[in-house]
Amino acid sequence: MGFSTLIAPSDETALSRAIAEAHAAGAPLAIRGNGTKDGLGRPVQAASVLTTRGLVGITLHSPSELVLAARAGTPVAEIEAALSAKGQHLIAEPPDLSALTGPGEGPQTIGGIVSCNLSGPRRIALGAMRDHVLGVRAVNGAGDVIRSGGRVLKNVTGLDLAKLLVGSRGTLAVLSEITLKVLPRPERTATVMLRGLDPARGIAALSAGLGSPYGVTGAAHLPPEAAAQAGFGERAATVLRLEDFADFIPRRAAALAAALAEFGPADILDEATSLALWRTVRDAVPLRVGEGEAVWRVSVRPSRGARLAAKVAEDVPARFMFDWGGGLVWVVGPATELAHRVVTEAVCAEHGTFWLVRAPPALRAAVPGLPEEPPALAALTRRVKEAFDPKGILNPGRIFAGV
Amino acid sequence: MIALPSPDRSVLARRHTVIADLQRLIGPAAVIVEPVRLKAYETDAFTAYKRLPLAVCLPNSTDQVSALLRYCSRHGIRVVPRAAGTSLSGGALPLEDAVVIGVSRLNRILEVSVEDRLIRVEAGVTNLAVTRAVEGEGFFYAPDPSSQIACMIAGNIAMNAGGAHCLKYGVTANNLLGVTLVAPDGEVVKLGGGHLDTPGYDWLGLICGSEGQLGIITEATLRILRAGEGARAMLVGFRATDVAAAAVADIIGSGIIPVALEFMDKPCIRACEDFAHAGYPLDAEALLIIEVEGDKSEQDALLARLETICRRHDPLTVRIARTAEESAAIWKGRKGAFGAVGRISPDYLCMDGTIPPAQLPEAMRRIEALSREYGLMVANVFHAGDGNLHPLILFDANDQESFARAEALGADILRLCIELGGCLTGEHGVGIEKRDLMPAQFSAADLAQQARVKRAFDPAWLLNPHKVFPPEFAKAA
Ligand SMILES: Cc1cc2nc3c(=O)[nH]c(=O)nc-3n(C[C@H](O)[C@H](O)[C@H](O)COP(=O)(O)OP(=O)(O)OC[C@H]3O[C@@H](n4cnc5c(N)ncnc54)[C@H](O)[C@@H]3O)c2cc1C
Repeated sequence: MGFSTLIAPSDETALSRAIAEAHAAGAPLAIRGNGTKDGLGRPVQAASVLTTRGLVGITLHSPSELVLAARAGTPVAEIEAALSAKGQHLIAEPPDLSALTGPGEGPQTIGGIVSCNLSGPRRIALGAMRDHVLGVRAVNGAGDVIRSGGRVLKNVTGLDLAKLLVGSRGTLAVLSEITLKVLPRPERTATVMLRGLDPARGIAALSAGLGSPYGVTGAAHLPPEAAAQAGFGERAATVLRLEDFADFIPRRAAALAAALAEFGPADILDEATSLALWRTVRDAVPLRVGEGEAVWRVSVRPSRGARLAAKVAEDVPARFMFDWGGGLVWVVGPATELAHRVVTEAVCAEHGTFWLVRAPPALRAAVPGLPEEPPALAALTRRVKEAFDPKGILNPGRIFAGV
Repeated sequence: MIALPSPDRSVLARRHTVIADLQRLIGPAAVIVEPVRLKAYETDAFTAYKRLPLAVCLPNSTDQVSALLRYCSRHGIRVVPRAAGTSLSGGALPLEDAVVIGVSRLNRILEVSVEDRLIRVEAGVTNLAVTRAVEGEGFFYAPDPSSQIACMIAGNIAMNAGGAHCLKYGVTANNLLGVTLVAPDGEVVKLGGGHLDTPGYDWLGLICGSEGQLGIITEATLRILRAGEGARAMLVGFRATDVAAAAVADIIGSGIIPVALEFMDKPCIRACEDFAHAGYPLDAEALLIIEVEGDKSEQDALLARLETICRRHDPLTVRIARTAEESAAIWKGRKGAFGAVGRISPDYLCMDGTIPPAQLPEAMRRIEALSREYGLMVANVFHAGDGNLHPLILFDANDQESFARAEALGADILRLCIELGGCLTGEHGVGIEKRDLMPAQFSAADLAQQARVKRAFDPAWLLNPHKVFPPEFAKAA
């Protein structure tokens, strides 16, 4: 990106010193791990880039207490491997969005995933990344080391700054260490698949599945193009995931399929097929994004997902994929201001929200990457930013222009 | 005793004008000023501290809350937000120079949507009323504090309340989709909505557990979940507390996450048994109540696995419910635990520290030693799976000295929780009760950062002052 200097502290003390110096000099810093998410926001104007890639290592893993802590620059893959060795996993199954964003300079880091609060299909059942962050250590824009939360599963001591920092994309403080709740990995995964439904019917089926007592942990609808990309042939696929002890799965899958009988006959996918399918949905691969295309990650009430998609498709050529029971709508369309306006208006009409997760830098600089905040909220955003970063040196303009 | 400041004389001197103004804003019937009626608001469930407020306002709309806050901020009048007043940390304790704004009249259910799996309510709806509104459809609202008959959604959000089932389903923060918040200057902001994730700052996460420091919540959108096919409980009595604690670690380590995993020690078992006659084993030093979900065959399989694990710890009793009635019988004692302890001692302090579960045996040993050292009985009943302890310290409120000892013992127990890697409060909040212990858990930089965030919302520091923050950090901008 043409930054003149790269600062790569190897511990928290050095991180704190580097930020304190930038604070003293009033010199803005672009914050990143390995840069896999540079495209997920407005371009940052800064002479120096500060990377957390030198802050690595798992500092705690206590399987029987369901906790793991790691320094911010630790690759997500390394954490997943360590958990897997003990039969555990990251609950929110964070995605690898490189199919949309291109590769970074290295593997995505836990700090990056947490700073963007990115979650996969399991979000619908078991919560987002932010729901499983038990505590953080971080350095604010003045160079102070701050801690919030801790390593215990329940904690309401003081203001929950950890939640505020999760998802703040490096604009309030730079995370140095993160403690997460983890869970045992389910013994078995299976998928109930319905075919040929349109988005509205597909989402109705997902709602019925999520409203059943069988413990659905993934609920996605792939229109024909996406289904074909995922290897299921050119017919819409509506998929519901079950995860639990192996001996529970056959009965549950049959019961779920029976409960969804009105939506047509169901196939039951085995474990290997299921794992591959949910990974590809998680990573938004079936969108098959090409040159000149932008991607919006839209969050709405599930019952409005299909209508929103139809509205967008009326005005611009667009493709879609639905996750979270229809509440997460991936929209692929031309990387133009017109398309952005169409998506923004459709989202606004359905009282949802969006995040422009892929677009060329010029478009990202020209349009807001998420809905603009009403004045009272925008004022709070500015004051909270100031409360952490008085000189506005951390990732300025990353989320909102001027913040 | 925790020091509360003397009231601002200049505000007290203006009492009549202020009351007249408040009455003009929301109508005289909604403003309580007579001392006899104010008495109902002088404390919360942390009854050792009492203060009569200047007035109590019971608005019936977000607009009225906004008008009240705009007025109070313009005139430099302190405000204490209040819901049902069941706080165990003095979070809703009034102050003599403050106006209490209560949300009990904001009690309408606005929308239930099964297809979007949410319910939208005004903030004064009770926790139980939320579940009642959706259970006909087979759904429930997951956070289920033992106070659920009385406590309100506003108070649950402000304290980030948990319950017996939060090991599996999470606490309030994990089940909240949106709130309407009136900021201290009267501005109304809508945060979140009916959708799952909102890019940008996680305002909901910040508001949850903010103990009335950042604004007044008037409306909330909550996630509702489909109830499982069924649930069944088992009860296991052990010969020592650390044996029970080891069984807890084995259960979690086995890959089974029960919906509930509750722990009780001997004093508590005895109190509950005397009260509820639930058939609890009086020879056990500790017992666990474990609940699993699923259809009958799954329940059988899980309970059998749990039994095998518990049998490795040489239990005195293993009782596995065969029916819903037998489950209810197992829960009966636990649900009435606080009331039961209240019968052996009219006064008790309920602590709420959390520890890493692996430290349970050490914590139990040291709490027992502290209890002997201070000469006060401590009964323990808590959510074992997540290490959220609830030591109940029994004392005599008519004896100032006994109360002082109880407070000191409580502080030592909380310091112990921190020493073992835990925190001051898992679900009851800091309030005034733990305010002065905050520096034991946080550095000056941590607290200064929290105070700056508070000032970003409430520059004049008028909202619920003297709570949460130690006095040296609680300064207006
Ligand atoms: C017998 C008993 C059992 C309990 N069991 C549990 C339990 O299992 N789990 C648990 O988590 N807690 C438990 N509690 C504690 C208490 O019930 C919870 O903290 C509850 O969430 C408080 O709700 P409330 O409506 O009573 O709020 P209040 O006590 O009225 O207020 C609590 C806090 O919220 C603030 N507040 C109130 N309304 C608003 C508003 N509209 N906007 C902003 N701030 C506001 C107040 O200022 C105060 O700081 C128990 C209490 C008792 C007495």
